[in-house]
Amino acid sequence: MTVYVKGVVFENVNFEDPNCWRLEEYVKRGGYAALKKIINDKITQDDIIADMKTSGLRGRGGAGFPTGLKWSFMPRSFPGQKYLVCNTDEGEPGTFKDLDIMVYNPHALIEGMIIGGYAMGITVGYNYIHGEVFEAYQRFEEALEEARAAGFLGDNILGSDFCFQLHGHHGYGAYICGEETALLESLEGKKGQPRFKPPFPASYGLYGKPTTINNTETFASVPYIIREGGQKFLELGKPNNGGTKLFSVSGHVNRPGNYEIPLGTPFSELLEMCGGMRDGKKLKAVIPGGSSAPVLPADVMMQCTMDYDSIAKAGSMLGSGAVIVMDETVCMVSALERLSYFYHEESCGQCTPCREGTGWLYRVVHRIANGEGRPEDLDLLSRVGDNIAGRTICALGDAAVFPVRGMLKHFRHEFEDLINKAQKAKGL
Amino acid sequence: MSTNNLTTHNLLSAESLAQIDREVAKYPADQARSAVMGALRIAQVEKRYLTNDMIEFIANYLGIAPMMAYEVATFYNMYDMKPVGKHKLTVCTNLPCALSGGYTTANYLKQKLGIDFNETTADGKFTLKEGECMGACGYAPVMLVNNHSMCNHMTPEAIDKKLAELE
Repeated sequence: MTVYVKGVVFENVNFEDPNCWRLEEYVKRGGYAALKKIINDKITQDDIIADMKTSGLRGRGGAGFPTGLKWSFMPRSFPGQKYLVCNTDEGEPGTFKDLDIMVYNPHALIEGMIIGGYAMGITVGYNYIHGEVFEAYQRFEEALEEARAAGFLGDNILGSDFCFQLHGHHGYGAYICGEETALLESLEGKKGQPRFKPPFPASYGLYGKPTTINNTETFASVPYIIREGGQKFLELGKPNNGGTKLFSVSGHVNRPGNYEIPLGTPFSELLEMCGGMRDGKKLKAVIPGGSSAPVLPADVMMQCTMDYDSIAKAGSMLGSGAVIVMDETVCMVSALERLSYFYHEESCGQCTPCREGTGWLYRVVHRIANGEGRPEDLDLLSRVGDNIAGRTICALGDAAVFPVRGMLKHFRHEFEDLINKAQKAKGL
Repeated sequence: MSTNNLTTHNLLSAESLAQIDREVAKYPADQARSAVMGALRIAQVEKRYLTNDMIEFIANYLGIAPMMAYEVATFYNMYDMKPVGKHKLTVCTNLPCALSGGYTTANYLKQKLGIDFNETTADGKFTLKEGECMGACGYAPVMLVNNHSMCNHMTPEAIDKKLAELE
C-alpha cells in the first residue's frame, strides 16, 4: 500500500488506476516536462548541477550523500565511455519504497536518469534491480520501451544531439549488491564482492570507467527539482534536509506502507498517518532507518522528527527511511537474533572479520534467546562487534554490528534477564 | 568451443536463446560476461534448476570460462543448483515480516505440505525455502513463487487459495 501524503515522487499518482505507471499518465501529470525544458531551453550542465546542489537532495539509499555534490565529481570532459547506474537493489530489511516507485511511477526514475546523463555527459545507464522483485523488473523494461518509442530515450532525444541508452539489469538474490561497488561487480557478471575504495566509482566504476551511482528514489526526485527549481524542493523540507522523503513503515502499525512526507515531520505524526499501533498496543521501540540502524526506544523516538539530523542526534540513522515499528510484546533478543542471522547469511565472505564475526554474533544471540546464555556473553558480543566494525572493506560489517550495539544500549536488561534465567535453570 | 560433448549441443530452447541474446545486447560488445546473471536465470526458468552441464553451456555461449559462470550461479541465492519441486515457495521470515506473521505463514506451510524448509513434497510438487528480505515488507507476510511471482499478505486463508491455484 502506498499512501501519498505530500511528496515529489508520487505527486498526483492515482494508485487505484492500473495504468497509472504508463507513459501517457505520467505525461498528464507533468512528466517529461523537465526533460523537454532542458532540451528546448538548452539548459547547461552547470546550471542543472547547481540546481541539484540548491535542492539539498541527499542520497535516498541510505548514506545521505548530497546528490548535487556527487554529480559534480563526475569528470565531464573525460573522453571515453562513462556510465550512470541506478541502485534498485533494495534488500535492506524494512525498505520497500523503490519497489513502489518501479510499480507505480517508473517513468519518474527514467526521466531522472536521462537528466542525470545529460548533466554529467553520460550516454549509457543501467538500473540494477533487486532479484526478488522480477515483476518490477518486467515493468521497468516495459516502461523503457514506452520511453524509447516516445523519443525520450535513445538516440537524438527530442530531436537534439543528446543520446542516452538505458537498460535494466536483474539481480538474483544477494543483499550485498546494494553496496555500490558490489553492485558494479555484479553488473559486470561477477560475484557481488565489494571493491576497495578509493578509487571511487567516479574515477573507476563500471568496466573501470567513471561511473555515478544513485538510488532509485534519488533519481525519481530529479524531475521535480528541475521542473520546479531546487529552492522549491529545499523548502518542502528543512535546511540540510531538503525535500520530501518516502518512509517505508512496517511492523506493528495498523496501515503499513510507504508514506511520502516532508523531511522534518514529527515521528508521532507519521505514526498517526499509519493508523497508530495495531490492536491498540503500546509502542516499545522503532528501528528508524532499515535493519542496520540502531534501535531507538519509544520515548526517544516520539521526540524525533523524521530527518537526517534529528535521527542522527538521537543516536541512530535515517538510512533508507525504513521504519520498523515494534510493540510491547516484542522480545528484543528474538528480534536481534533474526537480524543477526540475516547479516551472517548475507556476508559475502570476502573479509574475515565480517565472515567469521557475523557468525559469532548470530550464534551468541541465538544461544541467549534459547535459554543457553552465559554470563560473559554480553561482553563477548561487544568484543566481537569491535573486531568487525571499521575493519572490513564495505559497510556490511558495520551494519551487522550497529543493531547489536543499539539493542545492548537500550534493552540490555532483556538480555541479562534471559542469561540470569539460563544460569538459574542450570542451578548456578 | 567446448571439448565436452554435452555442451556442444543446444541445451536450451530457441526462445530461451533469443532471450539470452537480448540480455547480451544490453552490454558493450566485449562485456558479454555481464549477461551471465540473466542467462542463468533464463536457463533456470526453462529447466527449473541448473546443472553443471548447463552452466558450462551458458559459459560457452557467452564466451567466458565455465568457472566464471559457476561462481555466479553459486553466489546468488535464487539460483538452484539442486532439483526443486514444480513450485518453489520462498517465505520471508526477516524481522519486518516476522512482526506481521511471517513465521505463522511459514509454519502453516510446513504443516500443510508436511515438509520443512529446504525440503520437497514426495509428489515433487512443492519445495519450501526460507527467504531473506524481498523488499516488500509493507505487504507482509510475503511469499515468492518460483522466484518471480510475489504474493502479498499471505495469511493461512490466502495460502490455501494460492496452493489451490498452483497446478
